[in-house]
Amino acid sequence: MAALRAEGVYKVFGRRPAEAVRRLQAGATRDEVKNHGTAAVIDASFEVEAGETFVVMGLSGSGKSTLIRMLNGLQPPTAGRVVLGDADLSTVSSKEMRQIRQKRVSMVFQHFALLPHRTIIDNAAYPLALQDVDRTERRQRAGRALEMVGLSGWEDHLPSELSGGMRQRVGLARALAADTEILLMDEAFSALDPLIRREMQEQLLELQETLGKTIVFITHDLNEAMHLGDRIAMMRDGQIVQIGTAEQILSDPANDYVAQFVADVDKTRVLTAGSVMVRPAAVVTSGAGPRVALREMREAQASAAYLVDKDRTLRGVLRDEDVVAAQRAGSESLVDLTRDEVTAVDVDAPLSEIFAPSAESPLPVPVVDARGRLVGVIPRVTLLEAMAPNDTSGPDTSSGDVAPEPATGPSTTDGAAS
Amino acid sequence: MNDPLVRIPLGDWARDVIAWLTSTLGALFDVVGDVLRAGYDGLTFVLAEPPFWAVGLVLAAIALLARRSWQLPVGSLIGFAIIYGVDQWDNAMATLALVLVASAIAIAIAIPIGILAARNATVSAITRPVLDFMQTMPAFVYLLPAVILFRVGVVPGLVATVIFALAPGVRLTELGIRQVDTEVVEAGHAFGATPRRILRQIQLPLALPTIMAGVNQVIMLSLSMVVISGLVGAAGLGQDVVRSLQSVNIGLGVEAGLAVVILAMYLDRVTSAFGKRSAVERARASAKA
Repeated sequence: MAALRAEGVYKVFGRRPAEAVRRLQAGATRDEVKNHGTAAVIDASFEVEAGETFVVMGLSGSGKSTLIRMLNGLQPPTAGRVVLGDADLSTVSSKEMRQIRQKRVSMVFQHFALLPHRTIIDNAAYPLALQDVDRTERRQRAGRALEMVGLSGWEDHLPSELSGGMRQRVGLARALAADTEILLMDEAFSALDPLIRREMQEQLLELQETLGKTIVFITHDLNEAMHLGDRIAMMRDGQIVQIGTAEQILSDPANDYVAQFVADVDKTRVLTAGSVMVRPAAVVTSGAGPRVALREMREAQASAAYLVDKDRTLRGVLRDEDVVAAQRAGSESLVDLTRDEVTAVDVDAPLSEIFAPSAESPLPVPVVDARGRLVGVIPRVTLLEAMAPNDTSGPDTSSGDVAPEPATGPSTTDGAAS
Repeated sequence: MNDPLVRIPLGDWARDVIAWLTSTLGALFDVVGDVLRAGYDGLTFVLAEPPFWAVGLVLAAIALLARRSWQLPVGSLIGFAIIYGVDQWDNAMATLALVLVASAIAIAIAIPIGILAARNATVSAITRPVLDFMQTMPAFVYLLPAVILFRVGVVPGLVATVIFALAPGVRLTELGIRQVDTEVVEAGHAFGATPRRILRQIQLPLALPTIMAGVNQVIMLSLSMVVISGLVGAAGLGQDVVRSLQSVNIGLGVEAGLAVVILAMYLDRVTSAFGKRSAVERARASAKA
């Protein structure tokens, strides 16, 4: 069951929100309902699985902050439902809502929202104080949370004595101390300078590895979204225009808006080896002899083949001249002929880590899975192509009267591979 | 002017309302009057009965408590000595008692209304014009109905003072609470705090400097109105000011007036010193300790 579910959620601010929603549902645009109210969120539906990091990405005014505030009831939706586990937020009493906020969903704020008149430890312990946890226990638990974010020793300071990054760590510790299964993060790192932001992202990823929280993360920074998110919802003008993994959004943008947006992304950090690899052209199992290997290479029109075991564990690369020499010498085994000149890369490795192996190797870089099995290869041309900006505007900007067939990635690589 | 097309009989209505109030709610006003008079009498007894130096020292000690420095207490003592020297001490203590009773009542009314106004747009919209009315209506106009309802003496002065001094208390309480960082208040909600707890643990402590500025204003306005209410027979410095006016007694006027100024400075410095100690600063002080 999904940890969090939004079903056709609308939020309209203004004089006649219900009327605005009715018109929006009938197909009116955001501008057409302007006189009835400002539509902040329009028909948002999504599910967040337990343990998932779900990023909502959009520019300011896209409604993402309103959306996240509906997930813990800070803003009641004008229409639609938000379901948290088994609780429909639109039907719970205000007392039950407080219970849910205490036990099941906590929040990290853009500008930290610490209590300026309380010490760091009291800030981190604030959710526990609200749950009436006794003083010794809540100090203990808050202390542990502070330790997790690396702030031990700062317990008795005031927020004003800490830097921005440290304050947000307190904000994070406060949410962790509450020990809820769901964590809402509203532009949590946006107010921090880039280096600190990067550091906090890494820390969050690290914590997430051990804690496995369900996280909804709001950001306007696409790189951050791609870095943190298991899945990303792209928002524009109150609507979710696409939901998918970073790779899906990069390689298959739902519309021009998303495509334009992702054009600037440093794809080498987002795309993984697995997302650009192609089928290996020539593969020989280790039981075969030189003749089989040469036939494979001939058919693939390649000068080398990858040698794998029966379960496709990669053993190495065979060069045609070595195999020919071995055949002349009457050798039957291929295993001794492999060269180490090619470094295999992991299927989850980001493209940025593949440049070096690819540059060193004359052959396509082999890609292996966690158990060392060959799952694909990345020819250098594929790598270069994956980095090129997506051609969003069609043929009119590309060089003149090109035929539709050439120059698009998959067709070239498929041709070489098959 | 002489013969307007339409003459709104507003004055007649006001007279009728006051007459109706006196005839139907007279008993209630008597009770209110008795309570106010008892409060004033009690406080005057405390302030005026002990010897001048004892009261002066206690007031100076309060000043020391408000601001940990020697200037304010010493200055206060000098001021009190001057008041004593011009033979206005008893009057000054009567005035101080009036100010304290009126301010206490005004604050007790103003802060809850300010809190309500901060949390509810309708309340805010209703209170604003009412406050405008109370603050700008010439102070003497309050005195007349107050005299009719409560008869001449201390009580009408107190009532008029409370009405006159209420406004800044309400306004600054509302402002202070509205100024508290919305994200911090949101954080309270997001972690499941009750509205009452958010008010007590977040909004009020963080709004305190602004609320205290309002309290300071209430006290200062009370003082100015208490002097005016000497016109309707309220005791204290106001009576001597009025008497000096009526008998063109410059000497008495200056002496009583100076006592008002000294009292005003004392009250202002002490309350603003208390107000400046915000929740954040107090937390810092205790964290350092």
